Amino acid sequence: MLDRRNFVLSAGALVLASTLPLAAVAQDAAKIGFVYVSPIGDAGWTFQHDEARKELEASLGTKIETRYVENVTEGADAERVIREFAASGSKIVFATSFGYMNYVERVAKQFPNVTFMHATGYKSGKNFGNYNARFYEGRYLNGVIAGKMSKSNIIGYVAAFPIPEVLQGINALTLGARSVNPNIEVRVIWTNSWYDPGKEREAAMTLISQGADMLTQHTDSTAVVQAAEERGVHAFGYHSDMSKYGPKAHLTATTHHWGDFYIKTVSEVLAGTWKPENVWGGFKEDMIRLAPLNPAVPGDVKTMVEELSAKLKAGTFHPFTGPVVDQAGTERLAAGAVIDDATLGKMDYFVQGVASRLPSK
Amino acid sequence: MPELPLRLEPRAEPSRLMPYLSPLLAVALMLAAGVLVFSALGKDPIEGFRLFFLNPVKDAYGVSELLLKATPLMLCATGLAIGFRANVWNIGAEGQFILGAVGATGVALYFEGSESSLLLPAMVVGGALAGAAWASIPAFLKTRFNANEILVSLMLVYVAQLLVSWLVFGPWKDPDGFNFPQTRMFDDAALLPILVEGTRLNQSLLIALAVLVAGYVFMYRSHTGFKMRVAGEAADAARYAGFSANRMIWIGLLCGGGAAGLAGMAEVAGPMGQLTDKVSLGYGFAAIIVAFVGRLNPLGILFASLLMALLFLGGEQVQQYMNLPSSISMVFQGMLLFFLLGADVFIHYRLVIGRRSA
Amino acid sequence: MDGNLITAMLFATVVAGTPLIITALGLLVNEKAGVLNLGSEGMMAIGAVVAFAVTHHSGSPWLGAGAGMLAGVAVSLLFGFLALTLQANQVASGLALAIFGVGLSAFIGKPYESIALKAVPPVRVPFISDIPVIGEALYNQQAMVYLSWALFWGVLWFMYRSRAGLVLRSVGESPASAHSIGFSVIGIRYLAVMFGGAMAGLGGAFVSVFYTPMWVEGLVAGRGWIALALVVFATWRPLRVMVGAYLFGGVMILQLFVQGSGLQIDFPAQFLSSLPYWATIIVLVVISRKLSSIRLNSPASLGKPYRPDA
Repeated sequence: MLDRRNFVLSAGALVLASTLPLAAVAQDAAKIGFVYVSPIGDAGWTFQHDEARKELEASLGTKIETRYVENVTEGADAERVIREFAASGSKIVFATSFGYMNYVERVAKQFPNVTFMHATGYKSGKNFGNYNARFYEGRYLNGVIAGKMSKSNIIGYVAAFPIPEVLQGINALTLGARSVNPNIEVRVIWTNSWYDPGKEREAAMTLISQGADMLTQHTDSTAVVQAAEERGVHAFGYHSDMSKYGPKAHLTATTHHWGDFYIKTVSEVLAGTWKPENVWGGFKEDMIRLAPLNPAVPGDVKTMVEELSAKLKAGTFHPFTGPVVDQAGTERLAAGAVIDDATLGKMDYFVQGVASRLPSK
Repeated sequence: MPELPLRLEPRAEPSRLMPYLSPLLAVALMLAAGVLVFSALGKDPIEGFRLFFLNPVKDAYGVSELLLKATPLMLCATGLAIGFRANVWNIGAEGQFILGAVGATGVALYFEGSESSLLLPAMVVGGALAGAAWASIPAFLKTRFNANEILVSLMLVYVAQLLVSWLVFGPWKDPDGFNFPQTRMFDDAALLPILVEGTRLNQSLLIALAVLVAGYVFMYRSHTGFKMRVAGEAADAARYAGFSANRMIWIGLLCGGGAAGLAGMAEVAGPMGQLTDKVSLGYGFAAIIVAFVGRLNPLGILFASLLMALLFLGGEQVQQYMNLPSSISMVFQGMLLFFLLGADVFIHYRLVIGRRSA
Repeated sequence: MDGNLITAMLFATVVAGTPLIITALGLLVNEKAGVLNLGSEGMMAIGAVVAFAVTHHSGSPWLGAGAGMLAGVAVSLLFGFLALTLQANQVASGLALAIFGVGLSAFIGKPYESIALKAVPPVRVPFISDIPVIGEALYNQQAMVYLSWALFWGVLWFMYRSRAGLVLRSVGESPASAHSIGFSVIGIRYLAVMFGGAMAGLGGAFVSVFYTPMWVEGLVAGRGWIALALVVFATWRPLRVMVGAYLFGGVMILQLFVQGSGLQIDFPAQFLSSLPYWATIIVLVVISRKLSSIRLNSPASLGKPYRPDA
């Protein structure tokens, strides 16, 4: 959906683009390709990217033409899909999953005139940038709500792979919850797949039966929220507002908003001003938001969350502010210190309060 | 229950033409059905047809991708055909493929940093041996305990998938890969050299063609190959002639496993450049279709593997340009095999409509 | 371990085992008639998607389940026509069905992806469900779970107590002699294949309508292949199918419970997951070792085409 604010922003981008000599000249629409890891569906990771793709189309209109391929396995075939986009004249290719990284890198070398953007990886190059969002900021707020509202003091977390992006979320949620309730325990079940609703549901059910009364997930479907609704516990959505899948269960969600970023990147590339950089946006950049709170959330908790999100927006608060102690009891961050992005990007431990273990190294 | 009003009447002798005609007939029927499928989906059938069957090979790069995709199918199917001819039903090539990838990766990781020109040959051997070793399990259990090789080899596909998952999540995980389930990227010395600059087509195609030729020589020019064919066509005659059934089971499964293992090696040392749990994309199962459509004959397999590869690439194309699910490939593959099996009956039979005249 | 946890694990195990039981019992009848249909994954996928679509439009999960069964029968007839009427190779025909069915299901299901169905509420059996631990796990289940038990008794009775079952088994053991005493081997095999298709369709419907309630490509996730293994694991005996299905289901559930509980176990989950497959291979070896033992267990003509005129 294109809201007013986005429109204003993109209008700004248009002005920016038109100040440059060539870009203002009407040309053939620039082709832009999107590679998705799961079906678009109507709520998950890919859905939010596709919403952003539509915002991009609405904003830049006839200057661009977008195409996408969904459900592309993170395997050897991904390279062909990425390359096909580049070879068929795309100006920009957005590859939206971690596992595409090495394939993007290879294709990017072969097509120096095409810009490649890869989501949530760590490699980059001359024409190859990466982007990610500070999902953990929303997770911290979810944790605060869960810590305040949990009766069993157990939070269940269904997660795909133990990569830094996922660990940041689990740890931030745990830190948030324990900031208001030191007895909170977070239990994690790995599904080893971004998208496997059957397994996600099974994992959610298992966590509920082990006492979890607050659930969330870092996978691509709505199965966990649905399971929570069915069994009468609470859940936090992820990617998008999943409240329609669990009107009673869904307390809020950490939602992703890539639209502005896509519009900005594409405008810059078309204008010739784009430079490879590692984009990492959060509340401040409006890449991450919190979905409206369920009326079940008590007023004092609501106030607390509002204050925290205002601080996140202002950039005066970081969820990973020391002391951060890992499961083994080692202090990872001294009291008062704020984690730097490089360290955050390599996160490979659970903080204290997570009851589950990381898969052995 | 009454007999159906369809009846097969045996031909006086098997048709000479049908064995060659039926794959062509099956392809024609599949294409016709494809037009129906596209129309049923409300898509322009001509455009669908063009995207699916022509667009993937519109340029040299497309052809290189077709050959790349066909390579593992060629390898797996040639190995399988040797067994199928002798009625050895190895349907676990998928698992043997995975083991081949694992074996080759093991060599590559063990000798990490090596720039020796012997590294690749060692990976080829490692892949083929690992695939053959995996196939030796059903061979041993069949010959020693008479356990059905269809079921044993199928079970081992699942075990192989779990094995590779354990490796990439556990001991072989890239220590710098941020916990993502994948191994390190291979060094250049562990990658198959590219055949045509600017494409992904690599020397595995040459290996596959060599295996096709070797398969042909074995099947049609060697005494053992002859015996295996006899055993497949007339088991009693073979037994009478004193051919060892056990030996054929071993040969059939080891050839199938070794060739599938080579294909797995070619995948990790080729387009992937590392091992992940997504290494198997169903090549082992698709190769069974290739073997059948190719008439268990190396030349036929060459064409059939190209056709199957085209079905895979075509699926991606219609996904990209028509937003149809890429699983349309599987629909076409299934139909192709259905039509072929149907058409094959007419080698030995004529279909007569109406009840048997008393 | 406390009672609630045991209850929860048992409950989840029973649910996970149910689609396997339904599908495997169908395949068992199918195979007892001497026909090996490797297409069960495809039949389940088609059953699952059709059941989902019909449930979504009609609002009735039972209508959906019925439609799933019919869809399973319809695609099983494709296999039947090839393998029985045209006497094509059963392995290849089944494999074609597996690939075709999985592919087609993704197609039919495209418009239904990520639509959520209302969960079908469980049916509490009065009194028995009050038994501690077991009652809650076994008798507060979905109606389909009870149906799978009824199906088990039905198949058991049919196979070993009814005349029709005797005929079916004789067709699987020795089609030539069954033919010579006047039975239509092909006709009976058709019925068996259709039953296999119906049950696979129902098993698929359980997954998409009662278990997950949603449809996505690949939802059946190999359950059809596991059901095939299960029949062998069970040496073609209904009771062992039940036991085996709960074992397969239990292994999956156990892993999730171990992970969630935070126990540190240095035994990789993948090894645990592979145990059922190794067990199946071992069972296969044990029953195949002696000729007399196979005769006792597996249908003698399994997988071999029968030509009435030969």
